Formats: sequence, structure tokens, C-alpha cells
Amino acid sequence: MADHPQRPGHERPLSPHLSIYRWQVTMLASITHRATGVALAVGTLVLAWWLVSVSNGPEGYESFMSVATTPIGLIAMFGFTWSLTFHMLNGIRHLAWDMGYGFDKVTATKTGSLVYILSLVISVGIFAFVWTGHAGYLQ
Amino acid sequence: MSSLQTPLHKVRGLGASHSGTGHFWRQRITAVALVPLGLWFTFAILGLIGTNEVAILSFLAHPWNALLMAAFATTMLYHMSLGLQVVVDDYVHNTGMKIFCLLLIRFVMIATTVTCIFALIRIAAST
Repeated sequence: MADHPQRPGHERPLSPHLSIYRWQVTMLASITHRATGVALAVGTLVLAWWLVSVSNGPEGYESFMSVATTPIGLIAMFGFTWSLTFHMLNGIRHLAWDMGYGFDKVTATKTGSLVYILSLVISVGIFAFVWTGHAGYLQ
Repeated sequence: MSSLQTPLHKVRGLGASHSGTGHFWRQRITAVALVPLGLWFTFAILGLIGTNEVAILSFLAHPWNALLMAAFATTMLYHMSLGLQVVVDDYVHNTGMKIFCLLLIRFVMIATTVTCIFALIRIAAST
């Protein structure tokens, strides 16, 4: 006789069944929303560090910039830029769902792909904008 | 079948979470507020990249900018603590560990909020 599913100690599969699910845009967007949210939580600490460094005068700001402009710092900045873009666009998608719009399977899949494409285009666009010297207009 | 809930409990409608739909609703309210605040933040940061420390100081010392930055930081940190709480609720099942994580999230949230506001006050006072 096969293992009885109710037997104590028997390993039963727990949801979410990641190993047997077929990956879909909607589930990936949901996971990415959470992951970018956690990344942005780290981003809030960087924002606080930036504000404190500015309040500490020129030396304080220099110390922030010397870390932020390292290759790892720039990769992190791109990560925060994309995370903020994705989380905001997908957040708007969630708010639309809450109001009852676009929650059907076809639309949700389309807007999921759209959020990925738009967030990448916008964050690459932001870096191109900075790289080509268009930033710093508040001087 | 009669309900085990008292009429008072039903009227309060707070359910197993003891907070009803409060968490859900606050998450949405802060999300709506963060759309314009996040756009302003992006506009501000892009405008300040490549300038110097003096330009950043004078920008953040302006009352409107200080106010918007404080609103952005406060709203985002509150939204963050609500969001991280859901992550802990979903993945941390040990009660002691769960309470520890939720306390840590709230303490870090409040400490970071106070730090941001204090830095903004210092910036405003320095110019």
C-alpha cells in the first residue's frame, strides 16, 4: 500500500508549488513586485544616508559620493532606479485591479509584460539621460 | 447554524488580524500618495545629479522641497513597513521570530524616518 497522505511526518507538498508550476508573466510580476519592494526598503536606508551626508557638509557628501560612484555603487543605483520604476508601474496595475479594472486573465498577462518592458525602457532611459549630461538641471 | 461570534465582535468586524481591513487600506492610501511623490523625487534627484553639494543644500533647504522630501520619506517608510510586514506574515511562522521581525521592521522604520527629518531640519538650519 502506498504512503498514507495523512500519516504524521509524511512530507506533503506545500503551496506555492514552485517546482511544478509553469512560469507565467503574472506570477513572475507578483514575485518581482515583492522583490523590488524589499530592494526599495534597502533604498530607503540609502536615501537616509544621502540626506545625512548632505547635512554633514562637504566632507560628508564627498564620502557618500565616493561610495555611490564606484562600479558596485552605480549597479546598485541602477537596481534602485529599475526597482522604483517597476514597483510604481506594477503598483498602479495593482491599484487598477483594486478598482476592478484589468483583472481578467488576458489583460493581466498583457499589462504584466507591459510593466516589464516599460520599466526597463524607462530606467535605461533615465541612465542614458544622466550619461549624456542632461541631468543636474536644478543647479 | 448560529455564529460563535458575539454581536459586538461582528459589528467591530476586525477579524483574526485584530485590525480588520486597516492594513490593506493604509497600504493603498500610501501607494496612491507615493505615485506623485515618487515622480517628484525622481524629478528632484535627476535635477541634482552632477551638481555640487551647495546646489543640493540650497535645493533641500527650500521649504517646499524640504516638505516634499519629508512627505516622500515618511510615506515611503510607512508603506515599506506595511509591505515588509506582509513578507514576514507570509514566510515567518515561528511566533517568537515573527514578533522579533515585526518589532525590528517598526523600529528601523521609525529610526529611519526620524533620521531623514532630522537631517532635513539640519540642512534647513545650515543655510
